[in-house]
Amino acid sequence: MELFTPEVGLLFWMLIPFLVVFYVLAKYAWPAILKGVEKRNQFIDESLIAARQAKDELARVKADSDAILEQARIEQAAILAEAAKSRDKILEVAKDKAGEEATKIIASAREQINLEKEDAIRQIRREVAILSVDIAEKVLRDNLNEKESQMNMIDRLLDEINLG
Amino acid sequence: MPLKNRSYFALILLLIFTMSMGALRAEEQEKKSFDIKEMIFTHVLDSYEWHIMTIGKKNISIPLLIIVKGEDGWHAFSSSKLRDGQQYNGFYLSKEGKNKGKVVTKNQAGEEMRPKLDISFTKNAASIIIASIALIIIMLSIAAQYKKDPIRPMKGFGGAIEQLTMSVYNDVIKPNIPNDYQKFAPYLLTVFYFIFLNNLLGLIPLFPGGANVTGNIAVTLILALLTFIITNVFGKKEYWKEIFWPDVPVFLKTPLFPLMQFIEFIGMLTKPFALTIRLFANMLAGHMIVLVLMGLIFIFYIMMGVGGALGISVISIAFGIFMLLLDVLVSFIQAYVFTILSAIFIGMARPEERQVQKSN
Repeated sequence: MELFTPEVGLLFWMLIPFLVVFYVLAKYAWPAILKGVEKRNQFIDESLIAARQAKDELARVKADSDAILEQARIEQAAILAEAAKSRDKILEVAKDKAGEEATKIIASAREQINLEKEDAIRQIRREVAILSVDIAEKVLRDNLNEKESQMNMIDRLLDEINLG
Repeated sequence: MPLKNRSYFALILLLIFTMSMGALRAEEQEKKSFDIKEMIFTHVLDSYEWHIMTIGKKNISIPLLIIVKGEDGWHAFSSSKLRDGQQYNGFYLSKEGKNKGKVVTKNQAGEEMRPKLDISFTKNAASIIIASIALIIIMLSIAAQYKKDPIRPMKGFGGAIEQLTMSVYNDVIKPNIPNDYQKFAPYLLTVFYFIFLNNLLGLIPLFPGGANVTGNIAVTLILALLTFIITNVFGKKEYWKEIFWPDVPVFLKTPLFPLMQFIEFIGMLTKPFALTIRLFANMLAGHMIVLVLMGLIFIFYIMMGVGGALGISVISIAFGIFMLLLDVLVSFIQAYVFTILSAIFIGMARPEERQVQKSN
């Protein structure tokens, strides 16, 4: 039957184009495609490794920065504590000084007041003496109008002086 | 994407319609009597001209080159010179007998006989050339993209080809050929795409396709023979030892009674035979079923008139679409199977060292 007998002509026309296609594709197409895919796979593999390395690097940098931050925090706390301490000290000293100053001022004020007081008293005394002398003068002027009373007076004064 | 789906559907309908046109032509020629066998064979067999369609009574076909070697040397002429029973230099198309439809000539005794050699550029030859050129253009354009920038991932059609190529390369070629699979990859990839493209082209009833190339035994025979040659040329000594001095009791392989050698030798030949028949029969059957389904319309028309034809055409077209879609799948599977079997045969002739030691 014709269906099952291969035609010589078609055998020829099949063989030649197929061999040509095979030659062309084997030389120019398949190596390019297979190598291209391989190259891309290699690139992907390398990229994955590089990405993992970058990730590790990043983690390390992050750990470093965390350590630095921690250190800074500790130092900051120490500095703050120091500052608080020295502030307290300064306040203490200042308070002491202020107290001393205050007592000093108070003492001098008191002295001043005493001086003033004495001064005032002295002045008052003087005023009082003058006043009593004036009064005595007036009293004496009235009482010594009579001779007898003058004599009495003189006597009494003399007695007093003697007694005194 | 409903619009796209609809346009595919319309395309398939159109294809089936043109197939029916071909059947119609056969019907018109036979005048009201429809010879389905004739119709099918004109479609699945090779021919000297490429018939495209028939409008009214006018056949539109592309004449191809007839190259024959007669008694007086080579002749090359257009197939249009032999149309409608014309003769040219004593050559004409036989009307009946075992050479029906072939170029024949008369010998001195006046008997009809084939010329000494007929290497005419037939419809199948033209289809092979078209497929070959298409394959080379497609693959070289994709290869050019790899040369330009291999890192950039392929998109679209190129990406699909890459996936297909790599799946054949990694799943078929690599596991089946233990030694030097790289050496055989170009041949097997070429075989795969060559068969696949020709299968698909054969499913398109319009001009660039429609030739039943891979359903022709000459085509599959060449492919199988190439695999056979490669298997034996690159076979290692373990392979030849298995054929000429296999591991069986000595009395089965003595020169006086070489039973095992005989069996092994037959086994050697059955491999290309199986490859030839498998691809050929599968593709031929696919074409035939679709043609029978379309032919049913005309058989029912003759038997029951227009109503019968309309009724059966619904079923025929539905099944025809189904069969064509199935044939798309079969096109891939057969190309894949041919490649797998070729890879296995080549791989079996090149066993790994370890396996040989185990069998010893």
